[in-house]
Amino acid sequence: MNFGFSEEQELLRSEVAKFLAESCPMDEVRRIGEGPGFSPELWGQVSELGWPGLIIDEAHGGAGLGFVDLVVVLEEVGRALFPSPLISTTLAAHAIARAGSPEQQARLLPGLAAGTTIGSVAIAEAGDLHGAAGITLAAERNGDDWVLTGEKPVVADAAQADLFVVAFRTGEAEDAIAFGLVEKTASGVSVEDRVGIDLTKRQGRLGLEGVRLGKGDVFGDSELLSQLLDAGATAVVAESVGAAEAALALTSGYAKERIQFGRPIGQFQAVKHPLAVMYRDIESFKSLVYYAAWCIDEGHADRSVAASRAKAMMSDTFPQIGIDTVQLHGGMGYTWEYDAHLFLKRAKWARPVFGDADHHYERVAALGGL
Amino acid sequence: MDFDFTPEEEAFRAEVQAFIAEHKPKKGTPQEMATWHEKVREKRWVGFSWPKDVGGGGGGIAQQVILKEEMAKAKAPSLGTCFMGLAWVGPSIIEYGTEEQKQQFIPDILDGKYHWCTGYSEPDSGSDLASVKCKCERDGDEYVVTGQKIWTSIAMWSKWIILLVRTGQGESKHDGITCLLVPMDTQGITVRPIQNMSGGTMFAEVFFDEVRVPVENRLGEEGQGWKVTISALAHERSSIAEVTSLQRSLEGLRELARKSTKNGAPAAEDRGIRRRLASIDARIEAMRLNGMRFLTKQLKGEPVGAETSVNKLTRAELEVEIGELALEMQGSQGVLGAGSGAVPDRGKWQNHALNWPEVVIGGGTPNIQKNIIAERILGLPKDPEA
Repeated sequence: MNFGFSEEQELLRSEVAKFLAESCPMDEVRRIGEGPGFSPELWGQVSELGWPGLIIDEAHGGAGLGFVDLVVVLEEVGRALFPSPLISTTLAAHAIARAGSPEQQARLLPGLAAGTTIGSVAIAEAGDLHGAAGITLAAERNGDDWVLTGEKPVVADAAQADLFVVAFRTGEAEDAIAFGLVEKTASGVSVEDRVGIDLTKRQGRLGLEGVRLGKGDVFGDSELLSQLLDAGATAVVAESVGAAEAALALTSGYAKERIQFGRPIGQFQAVKHPLAVMYRDIESFKSLVYYAAWCIDEGHADRSVAASRAKAMMSDTFPQIGIDTVQLHGGMGYTWEYDAHLFLKRAKWARPVFGDADHHYERVAALGGL
Repeated sequence: MDFDFTPEEEAFRAEVQAFIAEHKPKKGTPQEMATWHEKVREKRWVGFSWPKDVGGGGGGIAQQVILKEEMAKAKAPSLGTCFMGLAWVGPSIIEYGTEEQKQQFIPDILDGKYHWCTGYSEPDSGSDLASVKCKCERDGDEYVVTGQKIWTSIAMWSKWIILLVRTGQGESKHDGITCLLVPMDTQGITVRPIQNMSGGTMFAEVFFDEVRVPVENRLGEEGQGWKVTISALAHERSSIAEVTSLQRSLEGLRELARKSTKNGAPAAEDRGIRRRLASIDARIEAMRLNGMRFLTKQLKGEPVGAETSVNKLTRAELEVEIGELALEMQGSQGVLGAGSGAVPDRGKWQNHALNWPEVVIGGGTPNIQKNIIAERILGLPKDPEA
């Protein structure tokens, strides 16, 4: 029994943190966010450091590490609010690595590992129903091919992605799900960039008008969907741990220095107590997400319930952490110039992605036998 | 990161399970209970984490986790009967006591020969524990104690009390506090029981009127009593026992949800009830995993201190919520008292909803836990007047 990180993992953490502190400090985050939302230069640099290929096996050009290692990287990426398609690319690769054919893996994983291909997963639809029943994007059979027509309204990093892993429906049975490998340049594909509340997270609408998928472009099933939702939830919670810790550090630092009524406001229990609750909440979803990541790596039976507990608690508490971060700063927290609002906005992004608290609590209840 | 136990640890788990299967009392008769306590004592599972040279088990941290988990899962009787002696009096004596004190008290605590009670809180020193005033003056080879303690659990059944008294004033209110070990039958001690809101009587006021205590009954140095107290209260870190008891409460709540009706349908199908149960579930699991993270830090020799307040805070909220949710699920039956014949689950939820202060307030209120987290972990400034 050892619930800690190895020396290698701690080293990885400090390397990631050092790179981001030097190359992407908060003014750079703002410059990217207020501009195109993506920095090809920084993406090239982190690709050379091996971040997109972290969990891809070495035979396909990756580092061959696991989700526990990914959590370490994502905590630091979240702490810096680093705008990048890292989670999207990692999830696309995870899907192909788990369920793709050897030919698909050989064709696509090296590019994703090298960062020369940016990937994204297109699962969620307008009905906000996560899981197989929520996938309504229909496909028509045409010989051996499938033809997709419809849309995925909110796809992460859509404008940057070269390759979409698209969940679609192959029949009426609830679990009749498959995934298509859709290249941005394919005929019938359109992408519409959509500005978000959180400028450090980009997304867009993926339009599909008669997009033809050959046999070699289709893979996976409803089990892969469940794996991807768990992996996505875990990744988003890991990133949120870092972001929430940064928000707490910013706010408790301010509370130590801001003088009102002749004393630092951090002396008042009305300020101390919400900060203590923030700390407790972050520690709690942090523990839950570490376990979820370990379960993914081990193929443990607790994978889904662990991921759902982590995502439920994060979605339930991070938004309030963002709100308290702004509120405890007073007027300063409301300004564009000060960083507090960046964390409030990140929480609003993280809450619904891969299912909100309501969805995941319901899943925990069901998996617990209710 | 590895949540699995080693083969040696799993072998220990099997040993514990086999022991429970053989020796766990069937009916709980006094004879059976006496045998149980004798057997666990022989195994050195009472005071399992204590050093072997004082009669403890010298058990490692992973083994402690396994022992507590298996005992709680099997709903086995406690390991030992001297609750406060095992929880903090014993560890304090092991850390700060003289050789004579260790020989006098530790075997009796392990054997459960009598009860200890804890004289910390006073009428004007509750959350502000370091402000204790109970007067103590040196007179030759004796201390003379005059003052009052309150909320002293099981004072009426205890043979000894661990007592915080004021022997002096220092720069800080934490200076000048001294810890004494006092027989409850000493002349000048009066115990007056207090009834709590559930109708039970577990705690008491204890009055000291010129009570004379030999100097050799002092634990630690004069004026260093605060240090003794703090180290003792921080002794329990893993919260394994609390987690297992909360898991059991959650299982009970799920069963209650299946047999209760809400808006004409089973409560277990109600979306709001399901969400509340799942939120309790997630927080208990977070406590379990937090506890394992603290244990890992301990195993690596890193200091673990104020982090335990994280789980204490969550536990406090859960204990209150569990009672409330249970009564809500009972609907109009929730008004029935624990003693009423028609009450669900023989009134255990009614008792839960009226007895949470014992664990929520005892050992530091939730607001005090928040102060500890804010000041000792986040480094926020103390209120200079506090």
